[in-house]
Amino acid sequence: MQITVKLFATLRKGRFKVSSLELVPGTEVGQVADQLKIPREDLALIFVNGRDAELDHVLKEGDTLSLFPPVGGG
Amino acid sequence: MKELIEYLRSRAETGLLDWNAQVEAAEKYSFTMARVEEMALKEGILPVRYLRNGSTISREQQFRLFQSSVAVVGCGGLGGYVIEELARLGVGRLTIIDYDFFEEHNLNRQLFSSMENLGQAKVSAAVKRVKKINPAVTVKIIEEKFDILKGLEMLSEAHVAADALDGISVRLELADVCDRLKIPLVHGAIAGWYGQVLTQLPGEKSLETLYRKSVVDTGKEKELGNLPFTPAIVASLQAAEICKVLLNQGSLLSGRVLHIDLLEMEFEEVPLSSIFT
Repeated sequence: MQITVKLFATLRKGRFKVSSLELVPGTEVGQVADQLKIPREDLALIFVNGRDAELDHVLKEGDTLSLFPPVGGG
Repeated sequence: MKELIEYLRSRAETGLLDWNAQVEAAEKYSFTMARVEEMALKEGILPVRYLRNGSTISREQQFRLFQSSVAVVGCGGLGGYVIEELARLGVGRLTIIDYDFFEEHNLNRQLFSSMENLGQAKVSAAVKRVKKINPAVTVKIIEEKFDILKGLEMLSEAHVAADALDGISVRLELADVCDRLKIPLVHGAIAGWYGQVLTQLPGEKSLETLYRKSVVDTGKEKELGNLPFTPAIVASLQAAEICKVLLNQGSLLSGRVLHIDLLEMEFEEVPLSSIFT
């Protein structure tokens, strides 16, 4: 199955802004992050099709996954 | 009081009151500058300093802003600009909370830091600055670390709070306190070229959505640092949101977060349709 991954801010460095990924059915969000070598501490916001999702969310064909790193400075 | 109002009217023939007249009225009738300004605005007399707020802020709205109380939690990169803009806008009461003092590494971005006040408390510098630009604003400073236990008391007077804190867990504490007090929280956070803004209305729990997945207490700012313009832009967006909250105007950044990338010059709005809604 194919999904679209959108990365934001520092997550783009050495990776991409938007890309299509071919995944085996049943792949979870956390597995995509592992595949992209995104460390756990670099993940703050996870959206699937614009909805807040967890790392164990199972992705479906055609989903758009958006990932943001934590921003907390003032 | 009647005499004061008559005096203000006599000094404001065109409906505008200049600063000298405000000072003279305060001295003549032994009122504070804040009280004189409040009475003038109540009578529809506009202090000249607000003239260029133009038709965007009506006289009734200017009076409403002056009667408003905003707590600015954190007085660093974001807090400095938020405080500056709210004081110039004419928000009448500010509570400023920070336990820190200025250091050399603040000079690249923190508006109130200067060569002269290194080593001084940030809240002291903030109150001095506000008094310099708008002496009619009443400022309460709290030189303490914000936490959930003292938070309810610290924010007890505020109609809205600005999140200008540093770090993640303390922001969640602030969000919890605002939720308990049923007041809106205008959140801003920065890291390098990046920033985010949102307004959390009571019951929305937006900050939990933003940060509950974070396994660290410091975001990317730890390695990226903070630049001069990122806090200025994020704080300005926060000040605009606060103005709208106080005036009950326009559309707030609630139920969504605005993610700002100044490197790619992209502004991405993300809906926060979460498990809580």
